[in-house]
Amino acid sequence: MSISRRKFLGWMGAAGVVGATSETARAASNKQFKGYADSNAVLHDMTRCIGCRRCEAACNTVNELPAPERPFDDLKVLEKQRRTTAQAYTIVNQHFPDGSGRPPVFVKKQCNHCLEPACASACFVKAFTKTPEGAVIYNADVCVGCRYCMVACPFDVPAYEYHKALDPKIMKCTMCHPRILEGKLPGCVEACPTEALVYGKRDELIRVARDRIHTFPERYLDHIYGEHEMGGTSWLYLTGVPFASLGLREDLGNKAAGEFTSGALGAVPIVIGLWPVLLTGIYAINKRKEKIAAEEQAAAVASAVAQTRDEAEGRLKAAMEKAKQDEDAAVAREVKKALEEAAKARQDTGQTGSGDEGQA
Amino acid sequence: MTQEPTPTTSRYLTPFNVVAGIVVVVGLIITVLRFTGGLSTVTHLSDDNPWGIWIGFDLLVGVALAAGGYVTSAAVYIFGMKRFHAAVRPAILTGFLGYALVVLALHYDVGRPWRLPYPFLVSQGTTSLLFEVAACVALYLTVLFIEFSPAAMEWLGLKRARGLVVRLTLLLTIFGVMLSTLHQSSLGALFLIAPAKLHPLWYSSYIPIYFFITSIIAGLSMVIFESGLSHKFFKDKMDEEHLAGKNVVMLGFGKAAAWVLAGYFFIKVIGIAADNQWHYLATGYGAWYLVELLGFVALPAFMYAVGVREKNTTIIRWTAAWTVLGIVVNRFNICLVAFNWYLPSDQRYFPHWMEIGISVFIVTIGVLAFRFIVTRMPILYAHPDYEAH
Repeated sequence: MSISRRKFLGWMGAAGVVGATSETARAASNKQFKGYADSNAVLHDMTRCIGCRRCEAACNTVNELPAPERPFDDLKVLEKQRRTTAQAYTIVNQHFPDGSGRPPVFVKKQCNHCLEPACASACFVKAFTKTPEGAVIYNADVCVGCRYCMVACPFDVPAYEYHKALDPKIMKCTMCHPRILEGKLPGCVEACPTEALVYGKRDELIRVARDRIHTFPERYLDHIYGEHEMGGTSWLYLTGVPFASLGLREDLGNKAAGEFTSGALGAVPIVIGLWPVLLTGIYAINKRKEKIAAEEQAAAVASAVAQTRDEAEGRLKAAMEKAKQDEDAAVAREVKKALEEAAKARQDTGQTGSGDEGQA
Repeated sequence: MTQEPTPTTSRYLTPFNVVAGIVVVVGLIITVLRFTGGLSTVTHLSDDNPWGIWIGFDLLVGVALAAGGYVTSAAVYIFGMKRFHAAVRPAILTGFLGYALVVLALHYDVGRPWRLPYPFLVSQGTTSLLFEVAACVALYLTVLFIEFSPAAMEWLGLKRARGLVVRLTLLLTIFGVMLSTLHQSSLGALFLIAPAKLHPLWYSSYIPIYFFITSIIAGLSMVIFESGLSHKFFKDKMDEEHLAGKNVVMLGFGKAAAWVLAGYFFIKVIGIAADNQWHYLATGYGAWYLVELLGFVALPAFMYAVGVREKNTTIIRWTAAWTVLGIVVNRFNICLVAFNWYLPSDQRYFPHWMEIGISVFIVTIGVLAFRFIVTRMPILYAHPDYEAH
């Protein structure tokens, strides 16, 4: 395919205009956001996790969350499946994918810090931000508390302070963003005694993960969970058993959340542009129909009136003529009668001689 | 002079007023609990189930059932069906009250209700479908208020202002239809972002279109349903045009509803075919889906058609009530039943009685406001001093 320089520059210009005017509406483009360059991530190698819950304890301390009902060294807590809550940004769940006789697999759950987060896409006050460093952070100062982020999150991560009457917040893992900015490790990573959690550049961690899969093919599945799921996340998982058996859904697909809504959002300007024209057009057509109908009716009435008038005039004229004829006939008759009478009188006078005159 | 003087209170102590009074008192108590103890005191909402019936019923059903305003005004003012003119004012009033109550209900549900203007004033999250819903609902509530205002102005004798607003009728109607198209569909589009959480039979990329089409069905059915009720309870307020127009509206709107329901049935089937979800029909959720599709879409489409053919307004009235119930079923299915369908039953949501209490409280306020207005303002009759518009 040959592209002329002029054509190429034209495309670039058009792309520039589109890029400058719309940051989000790119439903028809094949541009893909691969995440901020050099952003950070955490690799969770479940084959190394021993379920000690020290990450949970560290998270609790670092984020100044309320003390749990049962202490963090109480491993009986693991017997029940848990999720993140307003009091716990991270939890460890225990699974027996190979049956209860075999050793368990532990999964740490927290915000996965998506490259294109569903929560940020769904929030109508932009309370969520994907930072170039990697964390998805939340701004309580603008949050209305609608909880659409919780509906949108495919990993069921954000929690809400339902017990607060007037100032409830969304609560979720911040990847220890303030600590990252200070150059420290996230609290959970720092506390992990087995290096089941490793923090670093996302690209590098993916290489590390591939390397481990390559080196120990019998130990790992050839799948880095989070590399592509929901457009990619900044928390990556390695394990030897199917992810679905560990509560990590494999039916989410690789599309970022925003791609599910871009079509519907793209229809908005079309409706705004088209509807007034369409509806005014329908109104105008009906108005015109009514007008034409009214005109036709008026014309029909007028012609009917005219016809009636003509007929009436015709009848009148005929009647008049007839009347005139009658009148003429009557006059003629009268004249005739008078003449006849006069003739008769003259005759009588002739017979009686001057008798009449004498009487008169 | 043996006549007993009628006690002035007895006029107000009707069974309806007593029940409404109790509902209002209970509602006010729950309101205090909500704004002192938080959502956990009065709801069964959880981290897994962030939206309950205050969204499923008060918002989703409320907005759908308030669609009569745009449907009727579009039919009369844009499509030129002047024979339905008598239905416009009651429909606009219901729409206005419906949207006002939706906004009131949201004050209970969101964490910090005084921040509801934030999406417009402080931080605009334009990538969110909820932003579109919020913007359109706010604008459309304003439009409905202006559309309703001539009735109030006639009541108050504000002739000049009324004349000014009446001249805007066409503009407001077009704006109203545009805004309704946008937010009725966007309420469905809210769920587009959660394909993994909504059952595949209900999740479809057509869901915004389904919501828009069902809003037309809901609007038509609500006008019929409500006109039946108004003729029963406010007959003395009606003038000749309204009394005579009842059957015209029922037959006309019933016919439209039969056609739109039939069309909706086909696009639902097309949605299943497009995503190839047939195999889900053989599951438990599939059976429930068929109940919705056959029982609340196909059946009322047929019954409306029978009612119109036989000119039987009783059938049409009952079908309208059944269709309104079908809208409730559909919105509940999407927001509550088919949402989080994969979660174990102990993690599923069932409303707290106080959540139902607030929903009943809000509907009651709506009925009381409707009664207050139709017994005072020219809604069910034309004001003799003013020309119809």
